[in-house]
Amino acid sequence: MSARLSVEDLAFGYGGRVVGAGVGFAVAAGEVLCLLGPNGGGKTTLFKTLLGLLPPRGGRVHVDGEDTAGWSPRRRALAFGYVPQAGAGQFPFTVREMVLMGRTAHRGAFSAPAASDHAAAEAALERLGIGHLAERDWLRISGGERQMALIARALAQAPRVLVLDEPTASLDFGNQVRVLEQVRRLADGEGGEGLTVVFSTHHPEQAFAIADRVALLHGGRLARFGTPEAVITAAMMREVYGTEVEVVAVGADGMRVCLPVGLKRRG
Amino acid sequence: MAALLVAAVCVAFSTGAYPVPPGELAGLLAAKLGLGSAAVAPAVETVIWDIRGPRVLTAMLVGAGLAASGAAYQGLFRNPLVSPDILGVSSGAALGAVLGIFASLPVLAIQGMAFAGGLLAVGVVLAVASAIRGRDPVLVLVLGGVVIGALLGSGVALLKYLADPYNQLPAITFWLLGSLSAVNRGDLAALVPPVAVALLPLVLLRWRLDVMTLGDEEATALGVPVRVVRVVVIAAATLMTAAAVSVSGIVGWVGLLVPHLARLMVGPAFVRLLPTAVLLGAAYLLAVDTLARSLGPVELPLGVLTAVIGTPVFLWLLAFGKRGWS
Repeated sequence: MSARLSVEDLAFGYGGRVVGAGVGFAVAAGEVLCLLGPNGGGKTTLFKTLLGLLPPRGGRVHVDGEDTAGWSPRRRALAFGYVPQAGAGQFPFTVREMVLMGRTAHRGAFSAPAASDHAAAEAALERLGIGHLAERDWLRISGGERQMALIARALAQAPRVLVLDEPTASLDFGNQVRVLEQVRRLADGEGGEGLTVVFSTHHPEQAFAIADRVALLHGGRLARFGTPEAVITAAMMREVYGTEVEVVAVGADGMRVCLPVGLKRRG
Repeated sequence: MAALLVAAVCVAFSTGAYPVPPGELAGLLAAKLGLGSAAVAPAVETVIWDIRGPRVLTAMLVGAGLAASGAAYQGLFRNPLVSPDILGVSSGAALGAVLGIFASLPVLAIQGMAFAGGLLAVGVVLAVASAIRGRDPVLVLVLGGVVIGALLGSGVALLKYLADPYNQLPAITFWLLGSLSAVNRGDLAALVPPVAVALLPLVLLRWRLDVMTLGDEEATALGVPVRVVRVVVIAAATLMTAAAVSVSGIVGWVGLLVPHLARLMVGPAFVRLLPTAVLLGAAYLLAVDTLARSLGPVELPLGVLTAVIGTPVFLWLLAFGKRGWS
Protein backbone atom coordinates (compact mmCIF):
# COMPACT_ATOMS: atom_id res chain seq x y z
CA MET A 1 0.00 0.00 0.00
CA SER A 2 1.40 3.38 -0.95
CA ALA A 3 1.44 6.11 1.65
CA ARG A 4 -1.43 8.57 1.81
CA LEU A 5 0.49 10.90 4.10
CA SER A 6 4.24 10.84 4.29
CA VAL A 7 6.49 13.12 6.28
CA GLU A 8 10.22 13.31 5.61
CA ASP A 9 12.81 14.80 7.92
CA LEU A 10 10.37 17.49 9.05
CA ALA A 11 11.62 20.31 11.27
CA PHE A 12 9.03 22.51 12.94
CA GLY A 13 8.70 25.46 15.29
CA TYR A 14 7.11 28.84 15.77
CA GLY A 15 8.33 32.36 16.30
CA GLY A 16 12.08 32.12 16.37
CA ARG A 17 12.07 28.74 18.07
CA VAL A 18 12.64 25.34 16.50
CA VAL A 19 10.60 22.85 18.52
CA GLY A 20 11.45 19.64 16.76
CA ALA A 21 13.36 18.16 13.86
CA GLY A 22 14.07 14.98 11.97
CA VAL A 23 10.51 13.69 12.14
CA GLY A 24 9.57 11.20 9.43
CA PHE A 25 6.75 8.69 9.08
CA ALA A 26 4.22 7.40 6.57
CA VAL A 27 0.57 6.45 6.99
CA ALA A 28 -1.64 4.68 4.46
CA ALA A 29 -5.28 5.33 3.64
CA GLY A 30 -7.57 3.73 6.18
CA GLU A 31 -4.94 3.82 8.90
CA VAL A 32 -5.09 5.60 12.21
CA LEU A 33 -1.92 7.20 13.53
CA CYS A 34 -1.81 8.11 17.19
CA LEU A 35 0.64 10.78 18.26
CA LEU A 36 1.80 10.38 21.85
CA GLY A 37 4.21 12.45 23.83
CA PRO A 38 4.63 14.52 26.98
CA ASN A 39 3.34 18.07 27.38
CA GLY A 40 5.51 20.51 25.49
CA GLY A 41 6.85 17.73 23.27
CA GLY A 42 5.74 19.57 20.15
CA LYS A 43 2.58 17.63 19.18
CA THR A 44 0.45 20.67 18.41
CA THR A 45 3.31 22.43 16.61
CA LEU A 46 3.88 19.32 14.51
CA PHE A 47 0.18 19.24 13.60
CA LYS A 48 0.12 22.89 12.64
CA THR A 49 3.16 22.36 10.46
CA LEU A 50 1.55 19.33 8.80
CA LEU A 51 -1.52 21.43 8.06
CA GLY A 52 0.51 24.35 6.72
CA LEU A 53 -0.64 26.69 9.51
CA LEU A 54 3.03 27.09 10.41
CA PRO A 55 5.78 27.05 7.79
CA PRO A 56 8.06 23.99 8.07
CA ARG A 57 11.63 24.67 9.19
CA GLY A 58 12.85 21.92 6.93
CA GLY A 59 11.77 18.66 5.38
CA ARG A 60 8.71 17.75 3.39
CA VAL A 61 5.08 16.73 3.74
CA HIS A 62 3.56 14.64 0.94
CA VAL A 63 -0.07 13.74 0.35
CA ASP A 64 -0.52 10.90 -2.13
CA GLY A 65 3.00 11.53 -3.31
CA GLU A 66 2.48 15.25 -3.94
CA ASP A 67 4.66 17.75 -2.11
CA THR A 68 2.41 20.14 -0.17
CA ALA A 69 4.97 22.96 -0.10
CA GLY A 70 3.54 26.07 -1.71
CA TRP A 71 -0.05 24.83 -1.64
CA SER A 72 -2.74 27.46 -1.22
CA PRO A 73 -4.94 27.30 1.91
CA ARG A 74 -7.76 26.13 -0.32
CA ARG A 75 -5.80 23.25 -1.78
CA ARG A 76 -4.64 22.24 1.68
CA ALA A 77 -8.22 22.33 2.97
CA LEU A 78 -9.22 19.90 0.23
CA ALA A 79 -6.53 17.47 1.43
CA PHE A 80 -6.59 17.98 5.22
CA GLY A 81 -9.54 18.22 7.57
CA TYR A 82 -8.62 19.72 10.92
CA VAL A 83 -10.39 19.29 14.24
CA PRO A 84 -8.82 21.87 16.54
CA GLN A 85 -8.42 21.35 20.24
CA ALA A 86 -10.68 24.15 21.40
CA GLY A 87 -13.23 24.76 18.68
CA ALA A 88 -13.32 28.51 18.64
CA GLY A 89 -16.47 30.44 17.99
CA GLN A 90 -17.64 33.61 19.64
CA PHE A 91 -20.88 33.83 17.74
CA PRO A 92 -24.12 31.88 18.04
CA PHE A 93 -24.06 30.08 14.69
CA THR A 94 -26.25 27.02 14.44
CA VAL A 95 -24.53 23.64 14.33
CA ARG A 96 -25.68 23.27 10.71
CA GLU A 97 -24.11 26.61 9.74
CA MET A 98 -20.92 25.60 11.49
CA VAL A 99 -20.73 22.27 9.66
CA LEU A 100 -21.54 23.99 6.37
CA MET A 101 -18.40 26.09 6.84
CA GLY A 102 -16.49 22.87 6.22
CA ARG A 103 -17.48 23.27 2.57
CA THR A 104 -15.64 26.58 2.23
CA ALA A 105 -12.82 25.18 0.11
CA HIS A 106 -15.27 23.54 -2.29
CA ARG A 107 -16.74 26.74 -3.64
CA GLY A 108 -15.51 30.04 -5.01
CA ALA A 109 -14.65 32.91 -2.71
CA PHE A 110 -17.81 34.83 -3.63
CA SER A 111 -20.34 32.08 -4.16
CA ALA A 112 -23.05 30.83 -1.85
CA PRO A 113 -23.08 27.17 -0.82
CA ALA A 114 -24.66 25.01 -3.52
CA ALA A 115 -27.15 22.20 -3.02
CA SER A 116 -24.25 19.73 -3.05
CA ASP A 117 -22.65 21.62 -0.15
CA HIS A 118 -25.84 21.50 1.89
CA ALA A 119 -26.16 17.79 1.10
CA ALA A 120 -22.58 17.13 2.20
CA ALA A 121 -23.16 18.99 5.48
CA GLU A 122 -26.36 17.02 6.13
CA ALA A 123 -24.60 13.76 5.33
CA ALA A 124 -21.77 14.60 7.73
CA LEU A 125 -24.25 15.44 10.50
CA GLU A 126 -26.08 12.17 9.93
CA ARG A 127 -22.93 10.10 9.76
CA LEU A 128 -21.89 11.33 13.19
CA GLY A 129 -25.39 10.84 14.53
CA ILE A 130 -25.93 14.48 15.43
CA GLY A 131 -28.63 15.38 12.91
CA HIS A 132 -30.88 16.34 15.81
CA LEU A 133 -28.42 19.08 16.82
CA ALA A 134 -28.54 20.85 13.44
CA GLU A 135 -30.59 23.82 14.59
CA ARG A 136 -28.95 24.16 17.99
CA ASP A 137 -26.92 27.18 19.01
CA TRP A 138 -23.19 26.46 18.80
CA LEU A 139 -22.54 28.23 22.10
CA ARG A 140 -25.19 26.23 23.93
CA ILE A 141 -24.26 22.65 23.20
CA SER A 142 -22.05 20.48 25.38
CA GLY A 143 -18.34 19.90 24.86
CA GLY A 144 -18.97 16.40 23.56
CA GLU A 145 -21.60 17.62 21.09
CA ARG A 146 -19.27 20.37 19.93
CA GLN A 147 -16.47 17.87 19.35
CA MET A 148 -18.79 15.70 17.25
CA ALA A 149 -19.89 18.77 15.28
CA LEU A 150 -16.27 19.77 14.64
CA ILE A 151 -15.57 16.26 13.34
CA ALA A 152 -18.68 16.56 11.16
CA ARG A 153 -17.35 19.86 9.82
CA ALA A 154 -13.99 18.28 8.97
CA LEU A 155 -15.85 15.40 7.33
CA ALA A 156 -18.00 17.76 5.24
CA GLN A 157 -14.69 19.09 3.98
CA ALA A 158 -14.24 15.67 2.27
CA PRO A 159 -10.52 15.53 3.08
CA ARG A 160 -8.09 12.70 2.47
CA VAL A 161 -6.36 13.15 5.83
CA LEU A 162 -8.18 13.95 9.06
CA VAL A 163 -6.10 15.62 11.78
CA LEU A 164 -7.50 15.77 15.32
CA ASP A 165 -5.67 17.62 18.07
CA GLU A 166 -6.46 15.88 21.38
CA PRO A 167 -10.04 15.13 20.37
CA THR A 168 -10.91 13.62 23.75
CA ALA A 169 -9.43 16.29 25.99
CA SER A 170 -12.04 17.75 28.34
CA LEU A 171 -14.67 15.17 27.40
CA ASP A 172 -16.37 12.89 29.89
CA PHE A 173 -15.74 9.14 29.77
CA GLY A 174 -18.74 8.27 27.60
CA ASN A 175 -18.01 11.00 25.06
CA GLN A 176 -14.36 9.98 24.90
CA VAL A 177 -15.38 6.45 23.90
CA ARG A 178 -17.93 7.74 21.37
CA VAL A 179 -15.41 10.06 19.71
CA LEU A 180 -12.83 7.27 19.48
CA GLU A 181 -15.38 4.88 17.97
CA GLN A 182 -16.23 7.51 15.36
CA VAL A 183 -12.58 8.11 14.55
CA ARG A 184 -12.00 4.40 13.99
CA ARG A 185 -15.15 4.15 11.86
CA LEU A 186 -14.05 7.05 9.65
CA ALA A 187 -10.72 5.34 9.02
CA ASP A 188 -12.39 2.01 8.22
CA GLY A 189 -14.69 3.74 5.75
CA GLU A 190 -18.23 2.61 5.07
CA GLY A 191 -17.99 0.64 1.89
CA GLY A 192 -15.68 3.20 0.33
CA GLU A 193 -12.08 4.04 1.00
CA GLY A 194 -11.33 5.09 4.54
CA LEU A 195 -9.71 8.29 5.69
CA THR A 196 -6.21 8.55 6.98
CA VAL A 197 -6.56 9.75 10.55
CA VAL A 198 -3.89 11.38 12.68
CA PHE A 199 -4.77 12.22 16.27
CA SER A 200 -2.92 13.18 19.39
CA THR A 201 -3.73 12.12 22.92
CA HIS A 202 -2.32 11.77 26.42
CA HIS A 203 -3.81 8.33 26.94
CA PRO A 204 -1.77 5.37 25.63
CA GLU A 205 -4.75 3.02 25.93
CA GLN A 206 -6.49 5.04 23.20
CA ALA A 207 -3.63 4.06 20.91
CA PHE A 208 -4.08 0.41 21.84
CA ALA A 209 -7.81 0.73 21.25
CA ILE A 210 -7.97 2.30 17.79
CA ALA A 211 -4.54 3.07 16.31
CA ASP A 212 -2.67 1.14 13.62
CA ARG A 213 0.49 3.15 14.13
CA VAL A 214 1.90 5.13 17.04
CA ALA A 215 4.39 7.96 16.85
CA LEU A 216 6.03 8.79 20.15
CA LEU A 217 7.27 12.37 20.15
CA HIS A 218 9.81 13.24 22.78
CA GLY A 219 11.76 16.50 22.98
CA GLY A 220 10.92 17.32 19.38
CA ARG A 221 12.27 14.01 18.11
CA LEU A 222 10.45 10.92 16.98
CA ALA A 223 11.44 8.55 19.78
CA ARG A 224 9.70 5.55 18.20
CA PHE A 225 7.29 4.82 15.36
CA GLY A 226 5.45 1.56 14.79
CA THR A 227 2.52 -0.55 15.92
CA PRO A 228 1.08 0.26 19.36
CA GLU A 229 2.38 -3.02 20.75
CA ALA A 230 5.91 -2.29 19.52
CA VAL A 231 6.03 1.34 20.61
CA ILE A 232 4.20 1.42 23.92
CA THR A 233 6.38 -0.66 26.20
CA ALA A 234 7.26 -0.22 29.83
CA ALA A 235 10.80 0.75 28.88
CA MET A 236 9.65 3.34 26.33
CA MET A 237 7.11 4.88 28.72
CA ARG A 238 9.79 5.17 31.37
CA GLU A 239 12.16 6.85 28.96
CA VAL A 240 9.64 9.33 27.56
CA TYR A 241 7.33 10.08 30.49
CA GLY A 242 9.73 9.28 33.31
CA THR A 243 7.20 7.05 35.06
CA GLU A 244 7.05 3.35 35.82
CA VAL A 245 4.22 1.53 34.09
CA GLU A 246 3.20 -2.02 33.55
CA VAL A 247 1.67 -2.87 30.16
CA VAL A 248 -0.98 -5.52 30.75
CA ALA A 249 -3.59 -7.25 28.62
CA VAL A 250 -7.11 -7.15 30.04
CA GLY A 251 -10.59 -8.34 29.10
CA ALA A 252 -11.74 -11.13 26.83
CA ASP A 253 -9.93 -9.90 23.69
CA GLY A 254 -6.80 -8.95 25.57
CA MET A 255 -6.72 -5.20 24.94
CA ARG A 256 -3.62 -3.68 26.43
CA VAL A 257 -3.52 -0.86 28.94
CA CYS A 258 -0.77 0.95 30.80
CA LEU A 259 -0.96 0.67 34.57
CA PRO A 260 1.06 3.22 36.52
CA VAL A 261 3.01 1.12 39.00
CA GLY A 262 3.40 3.95 41.51
CA LEU A 263 -0.37 4.30 41.88
CA LYS A 264 -1.07 0.63 42.47
CA ARG A 265 -3.13 -0.02 45.52
CA ARG A 266 -1.07 -1.53 48.25
CA GLY A 267 -1.97 -4.29 50.63
CA MET B 1 -37.18 45.69 8.62
CA ALA B 2 -37.71 47.32 5.22
CA ALA B 3 -41.16 48.47 6.38
CA LEU B 4 -39.56 50.05 9.42
CA LEU B 5 -37.19 51.96 7.17
CA VAL B 6 -40.03 53.15 4.91
CA ALA B 7 -41.96 54.35 7.95
CA ALA B 8 -38.90 56.20 9.23
CA VAL B 9 -38.47 57.84 5.83
CA CYS B 10 -42.10 59.02 5.73
CA VAL B 11 -41.90 60.43 9.25
CA ALA B 12 -38.58 62.10 8.47
CA PHE B 13 -39.96 63.82 5.39
CA SER B 14 -43.08 65.01 7.15
CA THR B 15 -41.69 66.39 10.37
CA GLY B 16 -39.58 69.45 10.92
CA ALA B 17 -39.75 73.22 11.15
CA TYR B 18 -42.05 73.15 8.14
CA PRO B 19 -44.40 70.17 8.61
CA VAL B 20 -45.63 68.49 5.44
CA PRO B 21 -48.67 66.22 5.78
CA PRO B 22 -48.30 62.75 4.26
CA GLY B 23 -50.98 63.45 1.62
CA GLU B 24 -49.01 66.36 0.24
CA LEU B 25 -45.87 64.22 0.34
CA ALA B 26 -47.55 61.53 -1.75
CA GLY B 27 -48.78 64.20 -4.17
CA LEU B 28 -45.28 65.56 -4.64
CA LEU B 29 -43.87 62.09 -5.21
CA ALA B 30 -46.57 61.35 -7.79
CA ALA B 31 -45.89 64.64 -9.57
CA LYS B 32 -42.15 63.98 -9.66
CA LEU B 33 -42.74 60.54 -11.10
CA GLY B 34 -44.94 62.09 -13.77
CA LEU B 35 -48.14 60.51 -12.46
CA GLY B 36 -50.59 63.34 -12.48
CA SER B 37 -50.00 66.97 -11.70
CA ALA B 38 -51.02 67.48 -8.12
CA ALA B 39 -50.82 71.12 -7.14
CA VAL B 40 -47.98 71.32 -4.68
CA ALA B 41 -46.80 74.61 -3.23
CA PRO B 42 -43.28 75.52 -4.47
CA ALA B 43 -42.19 76.04 -0.88
CA VAL B 44 -43.10 72.44 -0.08
CA GLU B 45 -41.21 71.24 -3.10
CA THR B 46 -38.10 73.13 -2.01
CA VAL B 47 -38.31 71.84 1.55
CA ILE B 48 -38.74 68.24 0.49
CA TRP B 49 -36.58 68.13 -2.59
CA ASP B 50 -33.64 70.38 -1.79
CA ILE B 51 -33.40 70.40 2.00
CA ARG B 52 -34.98 67.38 3.56
CA GLY B 53 -34.31 64.98 0.68
CA PRO B 54 -30.51 65.10 0.72
CA ARG B 55 -30.49 65.08 4.50
CA VAL B 56 -32.76 62.05 4.77
CA LEU B 57 -30.78 60.12 2.17
CA THR B 58 -27.46 61.09 3.74
CA ALA B 59 -28.65 60.02 7.19
CA MET B 60 -29.63 56.66 5.76
CA LEU B 61 -26.35 56.20 3.94
CA VAL B 62 -24.25 57.19 6.95
CA GLY B 63 -26.25 54.88 9.23
CA ALA B 64 -26.08 52.00 6.76
CA GLY B 65 -22.36 52.49 6.17
CA LEU B 66 -21.47 52.64 9.85
CA ALA B 67 -23.61 49.60 10.63
CA ALA B 68 -22.18 47.57 7.75
CA SER B 69 -18.59 48.32 8.75
CA GLY B 70 -19.42 47.56 12.36
CA ALA B 71 -20.89 44.19 11.39
CA ALA B 72 -17.82 43.35 9.30
CA TYR B 73 -15.40 44.42 12.05
CA GLN B 74 -17.18 42.53 14.80
CA GLY B 75 -16.85 39.35 12.78
CA LEU B 76 -13.31 40.03 11.68
CA PHE B 77 -12.08 40.83 15.19
CA ARG B 78 -14.17 38.04 16.70
CA ASN B 79 -15.61 40.41 19.23
CA PRO B 80 -19.18 41.66 19.32
CA LEU B 81 -18.16 44.78 21.24
CA VAL B 82 -15.97 46.17 18.48
CA SER B 83 -16.97 49.33 16.64
CA PRO B 84 -15.71 50.62 13.28
CA ASP B 85 -13.51 53.11 15.18
CA ILE B 86 -11.30 50.41 16.59
CA LEU B 87 -8.50 50.87 14.07
CA GLY B 88 -8.49 54.63 14.52
CA VAL B 89 -10.53 55.68 11.51
CA SER B 90 -12.66 58.12 13.52
CA SER B 91 -9.69 59.60 15.38
CA GLY B 92 -7.88 60.06 12.08
CA ALA B 93 -10.91 61.68 10.47
CA ALA B 94 -11.34 63.91 13.52
CA LEU B 95 -7.74 65.10 13.40
CA GLY B 96 -8.04 65.74 9.66
CA ALA B 97 -11.22 67.75 10.04
CA VAL B 98 -9.98 69.68 13.06
CA LEU B 99 -6.78 70.49 11.21
CA GLY B 100 -8.89 71.76 8.31
CA ILE B 101 -11.01 73.93 10.60
CA PHE B 102 -7.89 75.18 12.36
CA ALA B 103 -6.43 76.24 9.00
CA SER B 104 -9.75 77.91 8.12
CA LEU B 105 -10.14 75.80 5.00
CA PRO B 106 -13.42 75.68 3.04
CA VAL B 107 -15.99 73.03 3.96
CA LEU B 108 -15.16 70.78 1.05
CA ALA B 109 -11.48 70.75 2.00
CA ILE B 110 -12.34 69.97 5.61
CA GLN B 111 -14.37 66.98 4.47
CA GLY B 112 -11.55 65.88 2.21
CA MET B 113 -9.07 66.11 5.07
CA ALA B 114 -11.35 64.14 7.36
CA PHE B 115 -11.66 61.43 4.74
CA ALA B 116 -7.91 61.33 4.11
CA GLY B 117 -7.18 61.43 7.84
CA GLY B 118 -9.37 58.40 8.45
CA LEU B 119 -7.75 56.38 5.68
CA LEU B 120 -4.28 57.45 6.73
CA ALA B 121 -4.79 56.49 10.38
CA VAL B 122 -5.90 52.96 9.48
CA GLY B 123 -3.09 52.73 6.92
CA VAL B 124 -0.56 53.50 9.66
CA VAL B 125 -2.13 50.93 11.98
CA LEU B 126 -2.01 48.28 9.23
CA ALA B 127 1.63 49.12 8.47
CA VAL B 128 2.57 48.90 12.15
CA ALA B 129 0.74 45.58 12.48
CA SER B 130 2.44 44.07 9.45
CA ALA B 131 5.83 45.22 10.74
CA ILE B 132 5.31 43.42 14.05
CA ARG B 133 5.48 39.72 13.23
CA GLY B 134 5.27 36.60 15.30
CA ARG B 135 2.38 37.74 17.47
CA ASP B 136 -1.36 37.29 17.19
CA PRO B 137 -2.07 39.61 14.23
CA VAL B 138 -5.57 40.51 15.41
CA LEU B 139 -4.33 41.50 18.85
CA VAL B 140 -1.54 43.61 17.32
CA LEU B 141 -4.05 45.34 15.05
CA VAL B 142 -6.45 46.16 17.86
CA LEU B 143 -3.79 47.39 20.27
CA GLY B 144 -2.12 49.33 17.45
CA GLY B 145 -5.46 50.95 16.68
CA VAL B 146 -5.99 51.91 20.31
CA VAL B 147 -2.52 53.43 20.63
CA ILE B 148 -2.60 55.34 17.33
CA GLY B 149 -6.14 56.49 18.14
CA ALA B 150 -4.99 57.88 21.48
CA LEU B 151 -2.10 59.70 19.81
CA LEU B 152 -4.43 61.25 17.24
CA GLY B 153 -6.83 62.18 20.03
CA SER B 154 -4.09 64.12 21.76
CA GLY B 155 -3.46 65.91 18.45
CA VAL B 156 -7.12 66.93 18.37
CA ALA B 157 -6.87 68.13 21.97
CA LEU B 158 -3.81 70.21 21.15
CA LEU B 159 -5.52 71.88 18.21
CA LYS B 160 -8.61 72.62 20.33
CA TYR B 161 -6.32 74.24 22.89
CA LEU B 162 -4.63 76.35 20.23
CA ALA B 163 -7.79 77.19 18.25
CA ASP B 164 -9.44 80.58 18.21
CA PRO B 165 -12.06 80.23 20.99
CA TYR B 166 -14.70 82.43 19.28
CA ASN B 167 -14.56 81.12 15.75
CA GLN B 168 -12.81 77.83 15.42
CA LEU B 169 -13.44 76.12 18.74
CA PRO B 170 -17.25 76.05 18.36
CA ALA B 171 -16.85 74.70 14.82
CA ILE B 172 -14.49 72.00 16.05
CA THR B 173 -16.79 71.02 18.91
CA PHE B 174 -19.76 71.00 16.56
CA TRP B 175 -17.95 68.71 14.12
CA LEU B 176 -16.78 66.33 16.83
CA LEU B 177 -20.34 65.90 18.07
CA GLY B 178 -21.67 65.04 14.64
CA SER B 179 -24.46 66.67 12.70
CA LEU B 180 -26.24 66.45 9.39
CA SER B 181 -27.70 69.97 9.52
CA ALA B 182 -25.46 71.37 6.79
CA VAL B 183 -25.84 68.46 4.39
CA ASN B 184 -26.54 69.27 0.75
CA ARG B 185 -26.78 67.43 -2.54
CA GLY B 186 -23.03 67.66 -3.07
CA ASP B 187 -22.37 65.77 0.16
CA LEU B 188 -24.81 63.11 -0.87
CA ALA B 189 -23.17 62.76 -4.26
CA ALA B 190 -19.74 62.48 -2.61
CA LEU B 191 -20.98 59.83 -0.18
CA VAL B 192 -22.66 57.43 -2.59
CA PRO B 193 -19.61 56.14 -4.53
CA PRO B 194 -17.38 55.17 -1.58
CA VAL B 195 -20.24 53.51 0.31
CA ALA B 196 -21.30 51.58 -2.79
CA VAL B 197 -17.74 50.57 -3.68
CA ALA B 198 -17.04 49.47 -0.10
CA LEU B 199 -20.27 47.55 0.29
CA LEU B 200 -19.51 45.38 -2.74
CA PRO B 201 -16.61 43.33 -1.29
CA LEU B 202 -18.53 42.84 1.95
CA VAL B 203 -21.47 41.44 0.00
CA LEU B 204 -19.21 39.27 -2.15
CA LEU B 205 -17.23 37.91 0.80
CA ARG B 206 -20.32 37.29 2.96
CA TRP B 207 -19.69 33.53 3.32
CA ARG B 208 -15.97 33.93 3.92
CA LEU B 209 -16.68 36.44 6.69
CA ASP B 210 -18.54 33.77 8.67
CA VAL B 211 -15.46 31.56 8.52
CA MET B 212 -13.23 34.48 9.59
CA THR B 213 -15.08 34.61 12.94
CA LEU B 214 -13.48 31.26 13.82
CA GLY B 215 -10.02 32.78 14.07
CA ASP B 216 -7.02 32.69 11.80
CA GLU B 217 -6.01 29.07 12.28
CA GLU B 218 -9.41 27.49 11.82
CA ALA B 219 -10.22 29.77 8.90
CA THR B 220 -6.93 28.90 7.19
CA ALA B 221 -7.50 25.21 7.80
CA LEU B 222 -10.91 25.59 6.16
CA GLY B 223 -9.24 27.06 3.09
CA VAL B 224 -9.57 30.84 3.54
CA PRO B 225 -6.59 33.07 2.70
CA VAL B 226 -7.06 35.05 5.91
CA ARG B 227 -4.56 37.83 5.33
CA VAL B 228 -6.03 38.81 1.98
CA VAL B 229 -9.61 38.70 3.25
CA ARG B 230 -8.69 40.70 6.34
CA VAL B 231 -7.01 43.48 4.40
CA VAL B 232 -9.86 43.69 1.88
CA VAL B 233 -12.50 43.87 4.62
CA ILE B 234 -10.55 46.45 6.63
CA ALA B 235 -10.07 48.57 3.51
CA ALA B 236 -13.78 48.38 2.65
CA ALA B 237 -14.97 49.17 6.18
CA THR B 238 -12.46 52.01 6.52
CA LEU B 239 -13.48 53.56 3.22
CA MET B 240 -17.13 53.45 4.22
CA THR B 241 -16.59 54.80 7.73
CA ALA B 242 -14.22 57.55 6.59
CA ALA B 243 -16.68 58.68 3.93
CA ALA B 244 -19.53 58.66 6.44
CA VAL B 245 -17.82 60.60 9.22
CA SER B 246 -16.30 63.11 6.80
CA VAL B 247 -19.88 64.18 5.98
CA SER B 248 -21.56 63.71 9.37
CA GLY B 249 -18.77 64.27 11.86
CA ILE B 250 -18.23 61.74 14.63
CA VAL B 251 -21.36 59.71 15.19
CA GLY B 252 -20.64 57.05 17.76
CA TRP B 253 -22.63 53.99 18.80
CA VAL B 254 -24.29 53.19 15.46
CA GLY B 255 -21.47 50.94 14.31
CA LEU B 256 -21.36 49.17 17.66
CA LEU B 257 -25.00 48.87 18.56
CA VAL B 258 -26.80 48.28 15.28
CA PRO B 259 -24.86 45.16 14.18
CA HIS B 260 -25.34 43.83 17.70
CA LEU B 261 -29.10 44.27 17.50
CA ALA B 262 -29.15 42.87 13.98
CA ARG B 263 -27.34 39.76 15.24
CA LEU B 264 -29.91 39.33 17.99
CA MET B 265 -32.63 39.48 15.35
CA VAL B 266 -31.29 37.24 12.57
CA GLY B 267 -28.26 35.45 14.02
CA PRO B 268 -24.59 35.81 13.14
CA ALA B 269 -24.58 34.48 9.55
CA PHE B 270 -23.29 37.39 7.50
CA VAL B 271 -25.56 36.63 4.56
CA ARG B 272 -28.51 37.77 6.72
CA LEU B 273 -26.62 39.96 9.17
CA LEU B 274 -25.31 42.41 6.56
CA PRO B 275 -28.64 43.39 4.94
CA THR B 276 -30.34 43.55 8.34
CA ALA B 277 -27.59 45.76 9.75
CA VAL B 278 -27.71 48.02 6.68
CA LEU B 279 -31.49 48.52 6.88
CA LEU B 280 -31.51 48.86 10.67
CA GLY B 281 -28.58 51.30 10.60
CA ALA B 282 -30.27 53.43 7.97
CA ALA B 283 -33.56 53.48 9.89
CA TYR B 284 -31.85 54.12 13.23
CA LEU B 285 -29.73 57.07 12.17
CA LEU B 286 -32.61 58.57 10.19
CA ALA B 287 -34.85 58.33 13.26
CA VAL B 288 -32.18 59.84 15.49
CA ASP B 289 -31.54 62.66 13.02
CA THR B 290 -35.27 63.37 12.78
CA LEU B 291 -35.36 63.57 16.58
CA ALA B 292 -32.28 65.78 16.57
CA ARG B 293 -33.92 68.40 14.39
CA SER B 294 -37.40 68.27 15.89
CA LEU B 295 -36.93 67.74 19.65
CA GLY B 296 -35.95 71.23 20.66
CA PRO B 297 -35.78 74.79 19.36
CA VAL B 298 -32.12 74.20 18.43
CA GLU B 299 -30.74 71.12 16.79
CA LEU B 300 -29.25 68.58 19.13
CA PRO B 301 -25.85 67.08 18.20
CA LEU B 302 -26.21 63.63 16.64
CA GLY B 303 -23.36 62.10 18.60
CA VAL B 304 -25.00 63.12 21.87
CA LEU B 305 -28.35 61.64 20.91
CA THR B 306 -26.92 58.33 19.66
CA ALA B 307 -25.03 58.01 22.95
CA VAL B 308 -28.06 58.90 25.07
CA ILE B 309 -30.14 56.28 23.25
CA GLY B 310 -27.29 53.84 22.80
CA THR B 311 -26.03 53.56 26.36
CA PRO B 312 -29.20 52.24 28.00
CA VAL B 313 -29.89 49.89 25.09
CA PHE B 314 -26.37 48.58 25.30
CA LEU B 315 -26.53 48.09 29.07
CA TRP B 316 -29.82 46.29 28.64
CA LEU B 317 -28.22 44.01 26.06
CA LEU B 318 -25.30 43.37 28.39
CA ALA B 319 -27.61 42.37 31.21
CA PHE B 320 -30.37 40.52 29.36
CA GLY B 321 -29.04 39.66 25.90
CA LYS B 322 -30.02 36.08 25.29
CA ARG B 323 -27.92 34.90 22.37
CA GLY B 324 -24.87 35.71 24.34
CA TRP B 325 -21.14 35.47 24.18
CA SER B 326 -20.68 33.51 27.35
